[in-house]
Amino acid sequence: MMRLSILEDMKLTLKVWRQKNANTKGQLVTYKADHVSPDMSFLEMLDVVNEDLIHKGDEPIHFDHDCREGICGACSLHINGRPHGPKQGITTCQLHMRSFNDGDVIVIEPWRAAAFPVIRDLVTDRSAFDRIQHAGGYISVNTGGVPDANCIPISKVVADEALNSATCIGCGACVAACKNASAMLFVSAKVSQMALLPQGQPERYQRVQAMVTQMDQEGFGNCTNTGACEAECPKEISLSNIARMNRDYFAANIFKE
Amino acid sequence: MRNLTQTFSSSLGKKLIMALTGLFMCIFLVVHLIGNIQLFKNDDGQAFNSYAYLMTHFVPIKVISYLLYTSIIVHAIYALVLTTKNKKARPIGYAIQHGAANSPWTSRNMGILGTVLLLFIVIHMNTFWAQYHWGALPHAKYETSLSNPQEITVTAIPFDGNEVAYTDYIDSVKGTHIVISKDLYKIVVEAFGQWWYVLLYVISMAALSFHLIHGFSSAFQTLGWDHKKYMPLIKYLGIWGFGVLIPLGFAAMPIYFFFFK
Repeated sequence: MMRLSILEDMKLTLKVWRQKNANTKGQLVTYKADHVSPDMSFLEMLDVVNEDLIHKGDEPIHFDHDCREGICGACSLHINGRPHGPKQGITTCQLHMRSFNDGDVIVIEPWRAAAFPVIRDLVTDRSAFDRIQHAGGYISVNTGGVPDANCIPISKVVADEALNSATCIGCGACVAACKNASAMLFVSAKVSQMALLPQGQPERYQRVQAMVTQMDQEGFGNCTNTGACEAECPKEISLSNIARMNRDYFAANIFKE
Repeated sequence: MRNLTQTFSSSLGKKLIMALTGLFMCIFLVVHLIGNIQLFKNDDGQAFNSYAYLMTHFVPIKVISYLLYTSIIVHAIYALVLTTKNKKARPIGYAIQHGAANSPWTSRNMGILGTVLLLFIVIHMNTFWAQYHWGALPHAKYETSLSNPQEITVTAIPFDGNEVAYTDYIDSVKGTHIVISKDLYKIVVEAFGQWWYVLLYVISMAALSFHLIHGFSSAFQTLGWDHKKYMPLIKYLGIWGFGVLIPLGFAAMPIYFFFFK
């Protein structure tokens, strides 16, 4: 394939968190990455570094990845002090090396939260999110035949809002960005996507109670409305979801049956 | 009942308590500022001293004041509980974390600002509230001529433990309306005559400003009172009303007394 731009290879210094397993202490280890193309994605850059490590007989850097197109929520990485790196509204796999400069030092750390223990290197256990989802992030309906189109009227504004909440990929950047390691943006998005739609109504109030209770049990921190989660979320989930969750939770606990 | 205690011990419940006590204190600030504007009256503190008596002896206000003291204590304790939990939620921190890239400074420093305010409240209440209730406070006697209300004589009465806080009567022999009250105004003049005390107040009001720039609108967000149409209005009120106007109003008092009294 012809390269459209002639860009020099970049030389980078990486400081990567290496940790053997959950029970050992980790540390930042420095690596040189000398042949980095600005066209590489951040994960491809790590792949290249890993190739080198494997050739040398070292243990490659472990990191989560899957779809590599920003829709699965597997990739994480706290890059130079920010979840998913310096760019707005993208995941780590969508971050390209052209966002950095030749000679840069890049510090790569795992998500830091008691609820997300490190499994190895940059891989954390995010099953706390799964357990929150299992607690109530679904609707219990028997799937019968396909209903007729437009038999459940939903306004465009509400449908858009619900779909915006539903774009959350559960990557955990909100927890990673929050100074309190709070999961409220994630939980509120999962509560909102159903609370806004007619299909979500029958279980609306039990759902928010169950999910918030599970969230508390997992040991996440408490929201202090700093807005860091919203700013760092690769899907740009809005803080108004948290307000909606709070509203539903208080309604459920104080006013409902 | 069990359900309710569960509600208030949950993460969202604790935040609800923070928001409600915080907003209650915000309402108090408005009343406190409006009342204390009487300090600017050039009447040797007659209006202010009568107001101080009303605020400490009128039963509904007394009830509200005890609610307020409770709010301050509860707000501080819950802040401590929540902060401890938040610290526990991230036992190992980042080597690098760019908070400034994604959140305002005020929102990340509410605890420090709150601590400054709590210290201020202790000093402030010790100087005025405790003095008014239990201190060796002198009295001031205001004699207003009934025939000419412009003619007022003020006499200072030294501390007398048997003197009641406030007396108001007509002396028909002299033809004067006499008000004798505890002279809190004198304490204000003395306190605000010290430069370090004025400085302490100005710094504390700056802390109040930053605390409320984040806190006021944040409370509404926590309560879930968020709406595309009204949230900008609440944020505007939080910044310009509670973040600027109210702290400026309070800071103006010690500055005015220091330079002009």
